[in-house]
Amino acid sequence: MTIQFNDETFYGDFTFKNSDWAIKRFPFPFHEDSYMYSVNMEPHKSYRPGSVFERTFDVDEHYVSEMKDRARVLANDPLRCQSLPHMTLAGWDLVELIMEAKAAEYPDLFELHKDGNRWRWINKPLGIDDTFTFLDESTLPYGPMEYITRQTQGDFAVLDQRDDNLWMDAGMVTTQADWSLDFDIGMNFFEWHAPVPKAHEMGIFVRALKFLLNIQQGQPARRLNWTMTVNPLLDTSPENYHKWGVMKQGLTMENIGEKQHLRVELQTFFRLPRSNALVFPIRCYLISFNDLVTVPKWARRLHRVIRDLPEELATYKGFIDNRPLMVEWLSQFDDGSPTSDGIWPDDD
Amino acid sequence: MSAGTAKLNVTVAEVKPINDLVTRFKFVRTGGGSLPTFSGGAHTVVEMQDGDITRLNAYSLMSNPADRGAYTISVRRDDQGRGGSKFMHTQVKEGMEMVISNPVNLFSLDLRAKKHLMLAGGIGITPFMAQMHQLSMMGGHFELHYSVRTASLGTYAKELTEHYPGRVHVYHDDQKEAIDLKTLLANQPLGTHVYVCGPKGMINWVHGTAEEMGWPREAVHSEEFLAPASGKPFEVKCAVSNKIVQVGEHQSLLEALEAAGIDAPYLCRGGACGQCETNVIGYDGKFLHYDHWLTDEQKAGGKHIMPCVSRFEGKTLVLDR
Repeated sequence: MTIQFNDETFYGDFTFKNSDWAIKRFPFPFHEDSYMYSVNMEPHKSYRPGSVFERTFDVDEHYVSEMKDRARVLANDPLRCQSLPHMTLAGWDLVELIMEAKAAEYPDLFELHKDGNRWRWINKPLGIDDTFTFLDESTLPYGPMEYITRQTQGDFAVLDQRDDNLWMDAGMVTTQADWSLDFDIGMNFFEWHAPVPKAHEMGIFVRALKFLLNIQQGQPARRLNWTMTVNPLLDTSPENYHKWGVMKQGLTMENIGEKQHLRVELQTFFRLPRSNALVFPIRCYLISFNDLVTVPKWARRLHRVIRDLPEELATYKGFIDNRPLMVEWLSQFDDGSPTSDGIWPDDD
Repeated sequence: MSAGTAKLNVTVAEVKPINDLVTRFKFVRTGGGSLPTFSGGAHTVVEMQDGDITRLNAYSLMSNPADRGAYTISVRRDDQGRGGSKFMHTQVKEGMEMVISNPVNLFSLDLRAKKHLMLAGGIGITPFMAQMHQLSMMGGHFELHYSVRTASLGTYAKELTEHYPGRVHVYHDDQKEAIDLKTLLANQPLGTHVYVCGPKGMINWVHGTAEEMGWPREAVHSEEFLAPASGKPFEVKCAVSNKIVQVGEHQSLLEALEAAGIDAPYLCRGGACGQCETNVIGYDGKFLHYDHWLTDEQKAGGKHIMPCVSRFEGKTLVLDR
């Protein structure tokens, strides 16, 4: 199936919308009626045809508009994309990883033709047809990481591995849940996670780091994370908090279904072969409460999760003030009946 | 996660004796196709089917990381060893199909370095060969100091000297030549990283000297794979799988667990990477810790063991496996 790309915005008039197809394949993150942190990693293997877990890098109906939004954010703030000098090789690794995967998994949308180090890359949705020399920066219009991540949905943190730690030494970050690459650049794993409540005491980060340091070539991993966003904003950065923070005010029983969005991140982890760096793509999926409650199981479960979430987590995720309203609105869709295990909608 | 790394099916394309002790093996992908790229310093774990025993040994990849047509390794014959290197030297022939792991790098270059100073002893030369390929492609600044027993046992010394003129310095033990480490370290530009691969004594000497001279710990890198030591047979109770496992004299604890069908994690199989760390539930006896992973405190604590190289002597050992 060729994807019909939406023409939509993630700011201003917010014309973003999910089709029925996109709702059905939404990565709902709660496998049970409550939530607590865990190192919920699993191998990033192709799973459930049609789902967001099928392809190495999922491409969906929002692709073209998301890339326009990224270009807009970068034009206003070039520091959303940074790469320390020693990370260029990792950028080339990422070019290879994404181009090879997309060309193999979406042959109707992307093509990669190699003649030794001379590569031709065709990106049909974005109208790109470029020929360049692999590992020669002068033959691309941007650095290698910036070039390919301007054409790939999701944020990218590229982590150098040394001294038994990971270092945030490069990234493309325009669709983030309130963290800043410009602030975190050069930090190690424990430093950039310092603001997260509870998880340090639980030993989550020590275990997570150990797992990540051991991710090997050919064995990528993935997990889901989530938060809440008012209006379908991809760019909820600290740099622009003055623009979007105020939007969290003014929710009512009448408009919350349309304005409140569950924001889910599909986080994947790949070892990069030449640089031995780790790339951490963070892909953001948004769904309005109105669309979400069209799946009865999700509506019941989300009500219970939000109602029972520990206060520190609701505060850290930035929706403590709106929680009572969310719970009240969602309760209309929870008749108390049991929900089945796992994240998928019940079969009709 | 299941044990080890993703596997590659390969065919032996060439077996070439290099000198009295070292033989080089070249692997291509069985059925054609390219192998994954890797980074200089990476190793692969070679599976050897030696009768009833499956041996798994890690060897550094020495070929050009950009060459996806073939991997090469060099194996030094160890007549005192448990048989892995002997198997490679005597049983592995051209055309044979084998299984190796995806590349794993526990000895990677620090790409921030302004200069890479490499110190090799004997067969420890192999990871540096891939790193030198990688650095010369990237225009990186490196220098190799290579200590060998004799000229005839100086594996690849001649080729490297010719290939990287002015950047390779060879020292012959039999001619009483030795690396003047203090002078060498004293004369490096700021931002230099030191890498050492060779016998244990050499690694300790480099770390110790660098520390004495005030080098930051993060700027000194080493890799030493241990071969599992033989020892007295012992018995292990595995609490999770509810099995009792006998560990033979020439078998490692990890190998015994695998032979019993227990899915135990591993990567390097040489006491370096930490992947196989196993919790001890109870014991009555003495641990023989040989790994580089656990801290001295952990080794004394009796709560952890690295089954790839470490052993046990005593009445009972109960593991969380």
